[in-house]
Amino acid sequence: MPGADPHTIRTVAALGEARYPHGFETAIESDSAPKGLGEDTIRFISAKKNEPDWLLQWRLSAFKLWQGLREPNWAKLNYTPVDYQDISYYSAPKQKTAPKSLDEVDPELLKTYEKLGIPLSEQKLLAGVAVDAVFDSVSVVTTFREELKKAGVIFCSISEAVREHPELVQKYLGSVVPVADNFFAALNCAVFTDGSFVYVPPGVRCPMELSTYFRINAKNTGQFERTLIIADKGSYVSYLEGCTAPQRDENQLHAAVVELIALEDAEIKYSTVQNWYPGDKDGKGGIYNFVTKRGACRGARSKISWTQVETGSAITWKYPSCILQGEGSVGEFYSVALTTNHQQADTGTKMIHIGKNSRSTIISKGISAGQSQNTYRGLVRVLPRADGAQNYTRCDSLLLGDRCGAHTVPYIESKNPTARLEHEATASKVSDDQLFYCRARGLDEDEAVGLIINGFCREVLQALPMEFAVEAQKLIALSLEGSVG
Amino acid sequence: MLQISDLHARYDGKDILTGVSLSIKPGEVHAIMGPNGAGKSTLGYVLSGRPQYEVTSGQVQLAGQDLLALEPEQRVAAGLFLAFQYPVEIPGVSTMNFLRTAVNAVRKARGQAEHDAPSFLRLVREKAKALGISEEMLKRPLNVGFSGGEKKRMETLQMLLLEPKLAVLDETDSGLDIDALKVVAQGVNSLRGSERSLLVITHYQRLLDYIKPDFVHVLSAGRIVKSGGPELALELEAKGYSHVA
Ligand SMILES: Nc1ncnc2c1ncn2[C@@H]1O[C@H](COP(=O)(O)OP(=O)(O)O)[C@@H](O)[C@H]1O
Ligand SMILES: [Mg+2]
Repeated sequence: MPGADPHTIRTVAALGEARYPHGFETAIESDSAPKGLGEDTIRFISAKKNEPDWLLQWRLSAFKLWQGLREPNWAKLNYTPVDYQDISYYSAPKQKTAPKSLDEVDPELLKTYEKLGIPLSEQKLLAGVAVDAVFDSVSVVTTFREELKKAGVIFCSISEAVREHPELVQKYLGSVVPVADNFFAALNCAVFTDGSFVYVPPGVRCPMELSTYFRINAKNTGQFERTLIIADKGSYVSYLEGCTAPQRDENQLHAAVVELIALEDAEIKYSTVQNWYPGDKDGKGGIYNFVTKRGACRGARSKISWTQVETGSAITWKYPSCILQGEGSVGEFYSVALTTNHQQADTGTKMIHIGKNSRSTIISKGISAGQSQNTYRGLVRVLPRADGAQNYTRCDSLLLGDRCGAHTVPYIESKNPTARLEHEATASKVSDDQLFYCRARGLDEDEAVGLIINGFCREVLQALPMEFAVEAQKLIALSLEGSVG
Repeated sequence: MLQISDLHARYDGKDILTGVSLSIKPGEVHAIMGPNGAGKSTLGYVLSGRPQYEVTSGQVQLAGQDLLALEPEQRVAAGLFLAFQYPVEIPGVSTMNFLRTAVNAVRKARGQAEHDAPSFLRLVREKAKALGISEEMLKRPLNVGFSGGEKKRMETLQMLLLEPKLAVLDETDSGLDIDALKVVAQGVNSLRGSERSLLVITHYQRLLDYIKPDFVHVLSAGRIVKSGGPELALELEAKGYSHVA
């Protein structure tokens, strides 16, 4: 594609603020921990959640380890350091007793999700999608539980799983992302508040899409959710997470940990549409998104597929990875990372090939506009015994304007000579020819950019469950509104 | 329908159009011929409002509207269509999706109801078939890997779907074999009527055997140096531009 000419550069220079329709705040009474982090905080959270002692001890040991860890600084990210003592680590909407059904959920909360386009009443829900709604630090409701129960699928908040299915939680929690894996993961272990838990029994194909919707509402609160998904032998599950936050001038911290376990012949499809508040056009405010996501393909022929559409957050630090232990196991990573204004994203994946004939595919699409910085960072590692391992990586970057940056940082480490590894990378600009051609067919500049970018991302968007692909397309177009013209 | 008065335009600091005047009445077909580099494509771009082309003086009216005051997409809504000499590839965007997006955007801008998916599909299939465009091509990303001839058919299809008042065809005949030329010409002719006008840019008399012009103009060095009836095209073919201009 030819480069952008002075016209595009001029119009891009007039870059407006991307619109963020989810920036409202819900006025709801909440129950919060005082700011600050210490053993007391952890005991407070654990007590609030009526946790068993083993979990409290696990948290406390994580906290000790965390104190000895340093915040990673190798990513291409520049941000004001976080004051970990200036954050509240727990905030929950006040509710006398835990809701047993939707009728008992605070109407304000239901309204909030309705406004976000996630109606929680089951009649209005997307057919075939069960939702767990997490508001600040707690899960407020999980829908379609009965239907799932019939199939034997457990889908609930992680707090509930700790109470109801302690054997599963104890067996798998921290088994993919060790407590001391990294600074943010250790912090999460110490203070995680809620998140989703999924267990799909052997041979069961989960009858509906599962989805968690994360919402940060309270001010000065961090969100530390924890998700654990186990697909037992020969099972299948597709899971989607979405997230938004109010528009605020202060940065807010989000440090999640997601662990996936796929046993023999099992498949997990994990999709994310990340739309945390990105900050304003001058780079003020926005979410710091420091997330550790990792899946273990433990069994032979198991498969884990990550699909992410990242449009939000001021800072994104995120590398959904696959540990391909099982023979013939498969890891996939499909990613769209879109940055505008002053957003910075350093995201990618790690594919660790351990099992023989394990295969992985990485398709990354980075789109940078404004003064944003967008880095793909990916590791493909083949261990000595992974005979016949294969990886295919493609990284495409697209730039809008000349003040943004796109970077590709691949790491390839192969200790097995039979491995076949392919890497392709392209960088291009949205061409004026394309823009004008679309306009000469009646599209305005925003529509034209939206269409061209969605075309650029097509392979990734196709990997999303159908219901969400359309939403993701709209979100991409909306995020880029005003990026030219 | 279209009234161009003393139009001057430049590209990259260079004067390309140096005083074009042309009047096209509803239902008329005008042909513009001329040597390479004469400014024929530039005229098409200037009429469509391509940003890099700067109008330095002159006026253009389309159906009574000041065309130069409009954004490119507004000109389409106002009834202008340009079939590109070199159609552009849009990777990842299926042709069908592109067509639907374009047609609905234009219908909306014209205050018409958008097509629903099934009726639009029917409409496109019918028109595509007449132009020899396969179902499979409609699924492929727009213009990506299309042959020269396929691209020109696709331009013609877009023109038919967007129902312009005035269509500018920029060398729509180039890259077409004689059979394809007939098919495309038939498509173009199906659009002709008392309400619609055409401005056909071509190098060759050949196209004009199938799309009969009412007037022929010779553009050279950025201005119209000669105008006449259809016989002028034959004269050009026989004697060359240098003789005429
Ligand atoms: N996009 C462009 N890039 C470079 N030169 C251009 C461009 N558009 C127009 N020109 C210049 O304008 C003149 C006329 O070109 P054009 O309108 O394409 O002629 P024609 O279509 O009659 O062959 C040429 O001399 C060419 O150098
Ligand atoms: Mg030309």
